[in-house]
Amino acid sequence: MQSKEDILEQLYELVRPFSKQTIELGAETGLVNEMGLDSVKVMELMTQIEDHFDISIPLNILSRVDTLGDFAEQLQHLLQDS
Amino acid sequence: MTSLFDKFLPLERTRAELVSGSGVDPFHVVVERVVSATEAMINGRKVIMAGTNNYLGLTFDPECIAAACTAITEEGTGTTGSRMANGSYAAHVALENELAAFFNCPAAIVFSTGYIANLAILSTLAGPEDVILLDADCHASIYDGTRLGSAQVIRFQHNNPADLEKRLQRLGDRAGNTLVVVEGIYSMLGDRAPLREIADVKNRFGASLLIDEAHSMGVLGEQGRGLAEAYDVEADVDFITGTFSKSLGSIGGFCVSRSTELEYVRYAMRPYIFTASSSPSLIASTRKALEILCRSSSLRKKLWDNATRLYQGLAAMGFELGPEISPVIAVRLPASVGETTALWNELLSQGIYVNLVLPPATPGGKPLLRCSLSAAHSQEQIKAILDAFALIREKLQSHA
Repeated sequence: MQSKEDILEQLYELVRPFSKQTIELGAETGLVNEMGLDSVKVMELMTQIEDHFDISIPLNILSRVDTLGDFAEQLQHLLQDS
Repeated sequence: MTSLFDKFLPLERTRAELVSGSGVDPFHVVVERVVSATEAMINGRKVIMAGTNNYLGLTFDPECIAAACTAITEEGTGTTGSRMANGSYAAHVALENELAAFFNCPAAIVFSTGYIANLAILSTLAGPEDVILLDADCHASIYDGTRLGSAQVIRFQHNNPADLEKRLQRLGDRAGNTLVVVEGIYSMLGDRAPLREIADVKNRFGASLLIDEAHSMGVLGEQGRGLAEAYDVEADVDFITGTFSKSLGSIGGFCVSRSTELEYVRYAMRPYIFTASSSPSLIASTRKALEILCRSSSLRKKLWDNATRLYQGLAAMGFELGPEISPVIAVRLPASVGETTALWNELLSQGIYVNLVLPPATPGGKPLLRCSLSAAHSQEQIKAILDAFALIREKLQSHA
C-alpha cells in the first residue's frame, strides 16, 4: 500500500505543470484558491491523475478536496479499494 | 459585516463587464413580442431567432394551438399540484401511453420539465451501491441528477468508448451495477454519441445504458425516435429520457424504458412526487405535436436542409464549427470572452439572435456562438443568418 507521503510526492509532479503561479507545493496548498485552477483545468488534471494511478476518481469525492493533502488522502482510499 | 450575497459578487462583476460594452445583457434578453416560430421583437426590432431549439417549428402549429386552447377551456389553466397528491389527469396517462407506443417501450413516465426528468431518474434509479458513468459533456440536468442521488459518479472522456471501457474494466464486479449515460446530440457542439460502440461496450460488461434524446428526438431516425433509432441500437438502450421543449414545442419531459419495472421508480422519485404536474394545455399541445411527428417526416427533412445549408455556408467562410452537420451549429471563435460578447451583440444588431455560450460551460474552454435551426426557418432567413456571420468574419479578419 502506498503511503500518503508517497502519493503526495507523485501528486506534486502531476500538478506542477498545471500550476500557473510559482508557488511552493505542499500538503496545505489549495487546488483552486492558491493554484488558481479553473474547473476546466481541474478536470484535465483529474484525467492525468486517473491515468497515472490507473483509477477512476468519483466526482462525489471532489467536494471533500480543498488541498493537495486532502486529495492524497482520498487517492489513498481509492487505491486501497481498487 | 458580511452578507449572504457576497459570494455572488464575482459573478456580478463578470456580468457587469459583459454588459459594459453595449448595455445589453446577453443572459437576460427580453423578448418583447413573439412574432412567429422563428421571429421575435427584441429591443424594438424584429429579430430572426436562431438559437431556440424549436427544431420542428411547432410552437405556432395551428393544430397544436387548437389542442392547447381546447384543453385550457375544458380543464383549466393548471393542475395546482402533483400527480401523486392531486391525481393524474387522463391526458397525462394518455401521453405516457403514446410515448411508450412511439418508442416501442412497455413503460413511460411524464415529468413537468426535461430537467426534472433527468433529475428524477438519475437521482433515484442508481442507489448507493451503484455507479453512474457519464460522458463528460453531459448536460447540467444529468450532473445535477447525480448530485441529488447517492450513486458513485464517474466521468468518461467525451465520445470515447475506449475510455468508457477502461473505466468499466476498473469497476470489476460493480460494472453490472453501472448506468452509462450519454446524449443523442450534445447540446453545445451538436455532435452525436458513437452509440453503436458505446452499446457494444456496455453489453460486454453487463451495464445499463441511458440516452438523453433531448436534442435528437424528432431530429434523428426514420421515425424521429432519435439517435438510437438512427443507429439501429434501440434494443441495446435501457432507458431514454427527453424533453417536450424542443422538437415538440411545449414544456415537459419523459423517461421510457425497455423494463416494465420503471413503474416501480415512479413512487420513489422526489422530483416527480413534489412537483406540480404539467398543465392540461401543455399536455394537449405535446400530444398533438407527437402525433404530427409520427404522421410525417417532412418537417425533419426541411430541418436538415436548413441545417446543412447553414453549416456548409459557415464552413465555407472558414469558421471553426462542431464536428458534423447538425441542427445545433456551434461557431467556435478565436476570440476572448469580451470579443465574443461584442460579436454576439453585432449579430443581434444585424437582427440575428443566437446563444452566447462562455467557459466553463463550453467544451474545450473556448467561447462559442451557438445556433439552432428550425424547420420553420425560410431560405431567406438562412441567408440573412449567413450574411450576418459574413460581417462577423470580416470584423475578425480585420482584427487579426
